[in-house]
Amino acid sequence: MTSIGTGYDLSASTYSPDGRIFQIEYANKAVENSGTAIGLRVKDGIILAVEKLVHSKLLVPGANRRIQTIDRHIGVATAGLLADGRHIANRARSDAASFRDLRDSPASLKWLADQIGMYMQAYTLYSSVRPFGASAIVGAVDKDGPSLYVVEPSGVYYGYHGAAIGKGRQLAKTELEKLKLSELTTREAAIEAARIIYLVHDDTKEKEFELELSWVSPETEGRHVPVPADLLEEAERKAKEALETFE
Amino acid sequence: MDHFPTNWGRPRNDAFDHYNTYPIPVRPQNNAFADSVQRTQQPIVTGTSVLGLKYKDGIMIASDTLASYGSLARFKDIKRLHQVGDFTAIGASGDMSDFQALQRDLESLIISEEVTEQDGHKLGPKEIHEYLSNVLYGKRCKMDPLWNSVIVGGFKDGERFLAYVDLLGTTYTSSTIATGYGAYIAQPLLRKAVEGKEDVLTEAEARKILEDCLRVLFYRDARSLDKYQIATVNASGPSISDSIKLETSWGFAEGIRGYGAQTQ
Repeated sequence: MTSIGTGYDLSASTYSPDGRIFQIEYANKAVENSGTAIGLRVKDGIILAVEKLVHSKLLVPGANRRIQTIDRHIGVATAGLLADGRHIANRARSDAASFRDLRDSPASLKWLADQIGMYMQAYTLYSSVRPFGASAIVGAVDKDGPSLYVVEPSGVYYGYHGAAIGKGRQLAKTELEKLKLSELTTREAAIEAARIIYLVHDDTKEKEFELELSWVSPETEGRHVPVPADLLEEAERKAKEALETFE
Repeated sequence: MDHFPTNWGRPRNDAFDHYNTYPIPVRPQNNAFADSVQRTQQPIVTGTSVLGLKYKDGIMIASDTLASYGSLARFKDIKRLHQVGDFTAIGASGDMSDFQALQRDLESLIISEEVTEQDGHKLGPKEIHEYLSNVLYGKRCKMDPLWNSVIVGGFKDGERFLAYVDLLGTTYTSSTIATGYGAYIAQPLLRKAVEGKEDVLTEAEARKILEDCLRVLFYRDARSLDKYQIATVNASGPSISDSIKLETSWGFAEGIRGYGAQTQ
C-alpha cells in the first residue's frame, strides 16, 4: 500500500497530498474482510441476507447476529467490525425512536440513512476517533414503498435496487445484476438471496457459516422480521441444490 | 469563606454572602419559568366508564366512544380501547390526552423491548399492567398524575388476565372490573352475571352482558354515549371492534311528564 510510511495515514484528520483520507480507506478494508451481506429491494418489499462466518464451533447457533431491527419497519445488515455495526444499529434505533417521539409517525428510510450517514461522517473529521470499520445495508418499507440504502465508513450513502458488501461482494453484485429485481416478489427474492450467499461463500477458506435472512414483505404487515423457518429451510435447500448445478 | 476581616467574628449575613457553608445558603430562585409550570390538577377532556370481564376463552373490555369536555359531549368518535403488543388490550377512562400519552409511551416500550431486542421474549398483559402501575404511581409521587383509570386485559400462555390501575397507582385484579360511574352502576350487574361463571360464559354471552351494562350506563350516566367498542382478547390475540350503535328503547319516556308528547 502506497499510503504506508508516508505519515498521511496516521489520523482521520489528515489528508494525503492527493486529497484522500487513508484512515477511511483502511476502514473500508475492514468491511471488505468481513462475511458478505446483501440486500434486495424488490416489487413488494426488501430482503437482507448475511453470510455470518462462525469462527468457533463452541459458539451457540444464532449468536452474534449481524442483521438487526431498527424500528418496526426498518432492518439493517452490517459488514465489518461486529461491534461497530452494533453501535451503528443502536444509534439508528435512538434516531428512529426520537423521530417517533417528535413526529408521532415512523421515520422514512431516506431520513434515517441520512442520519446514519451524518453520524458516520463525523467520525472522519477528528484525530481523536477512528472511522467506523463497518458498512450498513439499511432496508425498509416506508411511506414511499420499499427502499434500500448502503452507508459506508466515509458517511456516503446511496440507494440501491440490490446491494452487496463484504468479502464476496463482487460475485454477489454480478449475480444481483442478473435478477430482475423490480419484478421479483419477496418470496422469490428470499430464495435468490440465500442462493447468492451460498454461492459467494468460499469454503476453501472458511468452513462454517450461518445464513441470516430477514425481510419486510406483505406477509409481515410491514414489519422487519427474520424470514419464517419454513421459507428459510426451503431457501437453504434450493441454495444448496443450485450450488451443485452452478457452472 | 468570608475574606473581609471586618466581618470576622460577627453573625453571618446570607443575603450577600452566598458562599458560606453554614447556615446552608438559600439558592437564588432564578427559574424564570417557575410560575409557568403547572401540574395536572384536574382532567380536561374525559372519557367515562370502562368495563371489563373474564369469560370462557379470554377477556373482554368495553367502553363508549365519547370524550366529554366537562358536561359537553365534545368528541363522539374517540377510541378509548387500545391494543398493546400481541397479547394485551387496555381501556381508559379519565383524561384522554393523558391516555394518548400513555399509548405513545407503550408503543415505544413495545418497540424497544420487543421489536428491537428480538430475543423471543414478548410483553404480556401482566408485564404491561406492572409497567403501567409503575408509570402511574411514579407520576402521582411527583404530584403530577396521569389522570386515568385503566383496565388492562390480555391472554398469554393459556392464561387470562384482567386488572385495574388508576392515577394513584392503585392496582387490583378481578374477574369483573368497572371504572368511573360504571363502578357504581355496572359493577354489581357484572358481578351478578359473571362471578362463578368465568369458565362457562361464551363469547356471545359475555358480549351480551357488556352490552346490557353499557345500555344501563347510557340510560343513567349523563357523560355516556350510545356508541361503543368491545375489545376481545383470547388465544388468537386481541381484536378491537369498530364502533357499534347501542340499541335503546325510549318507549317509557312517553309516560314521563315533560318529556314525551303530553296530553294535558
